[in-house]
Formats: sequence, C-alpha cells, structure tokens
Amino acid sequence: MAILVIAEHNNAALGAATLNTVAAAQQIGGDIHVLVAGSACAAVAEAAAKVAGVSKVLVADNAAFAHQLPENVAPLIAELGKGYSHVLAAATTTGKNVLPRVAALLDVDQISEIVKVESPDTFKRPIYAGNAIATVQSSAAIKVITVRGTGFDPVAAEGGAAAIEALAAGSDAGISSFVGEELAKSERPELTAAKVVVSGGRGMQNGENFALLYKLADKLGAAVGASRAAVDAGFVPNDMQVGQTGKIVAPQLYIAVGISGAIQHLAGMKDSKVIVAINKDEEAPIFQVADYGLVGDLFDIVPELEKAL
Amino acid sequence: MKILVAVKRVVDYNVKVRVKADGSGVDLANVKMAMNPFCEIAVEEAVRLKEKGIASEVVVVSIGSSAAQEQLRTALALGADRAVLVESNDELGPLAVAKLLKAVVDKEQPQLVILGKQAIDSDNNQTGQMLAALCGFAQGTFASRVEVAGDQLNVTREIDGGLQTVALKLPAIVTTDLRLNEPRYASLPNIMKAKKKPLDVVTPDALGVSTASTVKVLKVEAPAARSAGIKVGSVAELVEKLKNEAKVI
Repeated sequence: MAILVIAEHNNAALGAATLNTVAAAQQIGGDIHVLVAGSACAAVAEAAAKVAGVSKVLVADNAAFAHQLPENVAPLIAELGKGYSHVLAAATTTGKNVLPRVAALLDVDQISEIVKVESPDTFKRPIYAGNAIATVQSSAAIKVITVRGTGFDPVAAEGGAAAIEALAAGSDAGISSFVGEELAKSERPELTAAKVVVSGGRGMQNGENFALLYKLADKLGAAVGASRAAVDAGFVPNDMQVGQTGKIVAPQLYIAVGISGAIQHLAGMKDSKVIVAINKDEEAPIFQVADYGLVGDLFDIVPELEKAL
Repeated sequence: MKILVAVKRVVDYNVKVRVKADGSGVDLANVKMAMNPFCEIAVEEAVRLKEKGIASEVVVVSIGSSAAQEQLRTALALGADRAVLVESNDELGPLAVAKLLKAVVDKEQPQLVILGKQAIDSDNNQTGQMLAALCGFAQGTFASRVEVAGDQLNVTREIDGGLQTVALKLPAIVTTDLRLNEPRYASLPNIMKAKKKPLDVVTPDALGVSTASTVKVLKVEAPAARSAGIKVGSVAELVEKLKNEAKVI
C-alpha cells in the first residue's frame, strides 16, 4: 500500500501545506510518494526529496502543468493514482480545484478537508461550518482525500533522502489556458502558517485603519487577516479573509479586533490555541469563544497594546 | 446560449445547527431551510447573463426531496425560465450528484453550467469539479468574475495568494465564489409569476444513474467546546495574561 501526495508548489518552491499533507499520509501509514507536476520545477522536486518520510518523488515536468490547470493535471494524477491506495492533496485552492476532478475521473468519492486520521479508511472532517464533526468511512478502492493543514503538524522539511524519478507523461487538453494572475504582495508571514494572526472586521471602519493592525502585527511577527465584512466593504483584499469561505487558520494566538464573531468567521479560526477578542460590544458572540476578552474602543486599545509589547 | 444552474436546498446559513444526541447526524427537523448562498450567486449570474442578451434560456436544476421545489420556485422568481427536480430522498454525495447533473447536461446541452463553489451543509466543494470531469468540460472554480467572449469564457478565480484569470473553451463549468455578485431579492409579482413557470420532476432511475456511495458516515458529533474565557480589564492585564498564563507571546 502506497500513498500518493500531490505537492503544492509554484514551480520555484515547495508549498508549506505539503508538509502537513505528508504528516496526514504518515498517520495513514505506507510508502509515501510525492508528485511534483509543474514546469521547470526541478528545485521543487529537490525540496520534496528532502522532506522527512517521503520515499519517492515523481516529477512531471511539462509546460502544460505550469499553472496547475485541472484540465491538464487531473488526467495525469488519475492515471498515476490507479497504482495507489490513497491520493492526498492539501485543501488549498489548488488542491480543492484539482482533486475532485481526479476523483471523478477515477469514479470514486472524495473526502474533503479531513482533520484527523482514525484508520486508513476512516477519517474525521468538519461539516456545517465546523459546527459538527463527521466520522466517515470509505470503502473506495482508491481513497481520494484533501487534508486541512491546521489539523496536522507539519513533518520536517529536511532530513529525507528520497529518490527522484522523472515522468514523461503529460499533454495539454486544449480546453483551458492561463491568462494571468494578480498576487497580493506581503512581507508578513503567510496567513495559514502564521503563529500569530491579527484580524480586523467591520469595526475597523475603513481600509486606512488597518494600518493599526499592521503595526501591531509587525510587533508580534503576525499575519493580518480579516472578516468577510471587512473584505466586502473593500477595506482589504479577499485573500485575507478568514472563515468558512476564506482561509482556515489555527495559530497559537488569534487576535480578533472589531469582529462580531459570526458562525462563518468562527469556522475559520476557532481551533486557534488562544483567542483574544477586542470589541466594544460586550454582547458580541466572539466573546463566547475568546479566552481573553477586552471590551472597549479598538482605536484606544490597539495602539496601547502595540506600545505595551 | 443555454445556461444550466444547479441549486441546493440547505439549512439557512443563520441557523446554529445542533448535533443529534445519538450521533446520527444534525437535527434538521423544524429548522429553517433556504437556497445555499453560493447557489443564489450562481442563479444571479445566469440571470444577469440573460439580461445582457448573452443567455437565451436559464434552466435551474435541483436534486433532493420534493421540498426542494421551494428553492426551484425561488430561482424561477429570480429570473430562471424553467426548472428540473431530480427527486430523491436519499442523502447523496457529490459524485452521485455530479453523475445526475451529467445526465441532465446530456439532455439539456447547455453551453455553460453554473454551480456554487460549495454547499454550506456538507462543505465538500466537489460537485462542480466532478461534473466538469464527467462532461470533459473546462472548469472555472471559485469565480469572482465571468466574461463571455465569443466561444470562450474568461474567468477570474479567487486563489490563495490573490486572483487568477483563466480562459476556458465553451461549454464550460463555473463555480461561484462570494464576490461574484450580489444576489437580488425576488419581488412579489415575480414570485406569483414563478408559480406558472414549468417545473419537471424526474427520478434518478429515469436518468439511468446509480447513486450508490462508497462513503459511510459513522457518526456526527459536536466539536470540542472551548473552555470559558475571561474578560480582562485593561491592556496591561491582557499582556500580562498572554505572557505568563497563556505563554503565547
């Protein structure tokens, strides 16, 4: 029984989410092979070979895989997947985009966003925005699964010495093409991997006021997130959104500033180790999940907190 | 072009669901149901394409119990022309739903199929991608902008680091993200008119699709509750607690 893990990458560097996925694969048990499908992605393959616990790295280097278009990548994974008991990918936008297509090509059900491995065929996953946890068992011949990174501690990025094998496969399906992308630039740590996250909501009032949070975040080495209200109001870009429909985070410390705590937001952060809420509304639902709550005006509290650190 | 939109009847997003004591599932008796929010966005986008003169007909389809007719009527009131209900009382997984939708696609031959990116009950985020695979169509998932240009579709997608634009050959599948549009409300006259619009009911058997699943839910439980927190009186106290009690800074 071997497990195929699909590497998350941008052709230059291995995505951190891959390490959490390998951790989930280790809990399932079996030989772990990592597939790097991309274009000019030799550096990624080398990084994947060093990951602890990986026994083989398969590299499919083809121009058709440059942007991970599911129409081109899914047939490759489905074909390879036939030789494995499990096919795993991180529950990132790339993994979520590609893997269900793979599952359908293999004619098997997929299990999304597992947070726990009970046994090689039984997994736990949150449903209803994290308000219930389902234990599901799969009898599929090939188990196709996406892994929620925050549910598994990452394996070490160094220490492994896997063999690298090149695959000749790959072609362009010719039904889709990459036009361009607009990536948000940030020097702060990545939201889903940060140890500390400071998030702002509607209570920030406007985008300029987020500067207060950036200053606080820089003191803490934190990433900055936002609620849907703040994104919809145009204060910050959508890739900063934490919640059921945004990113799922589970940092050591989550500081919610001016966020009421709607169900959809809590779905994205309630597994954080320590939650601090700063809100002027004493009745805000966020205080029900906060370990430490401070009732008051964020425009007084945040600068004071920044100075105190 | 003809557009097919898939909609799902789910528990209303404002409802705080309760897990049944016997662990068999979530208690949905007497709970308010509604159209999945992402499906509302899908209907809105199809109707806007019709208003722009790009779409000639908008067909909505739902798979579920006869109660899902309510959500189909809502979609008709929002501007869809015709509805199809694939009636099944079983709880179907995304693969079964995708296979049923594929049968509807084969019959209706739409140029574009729009679905929500995920249903807020099962949180799977699979059906659109699976349907695309089964049909052999291109997919534009998590769309925040959709533009028809001849026989091609330009879709801007919300990805982890920002936005990505892809060009898809039609026919294609699009799944909607929250920021694609702001769905309209149904007006009373339109709700009345929607009652007269055609709504066909078919069964999975009639479509020749097996809905067997390899996934079994063993139990459903409430997530671990967080222990009650405390309110602190000042910033100094907060910092002290974070440093010495929680030891996170």
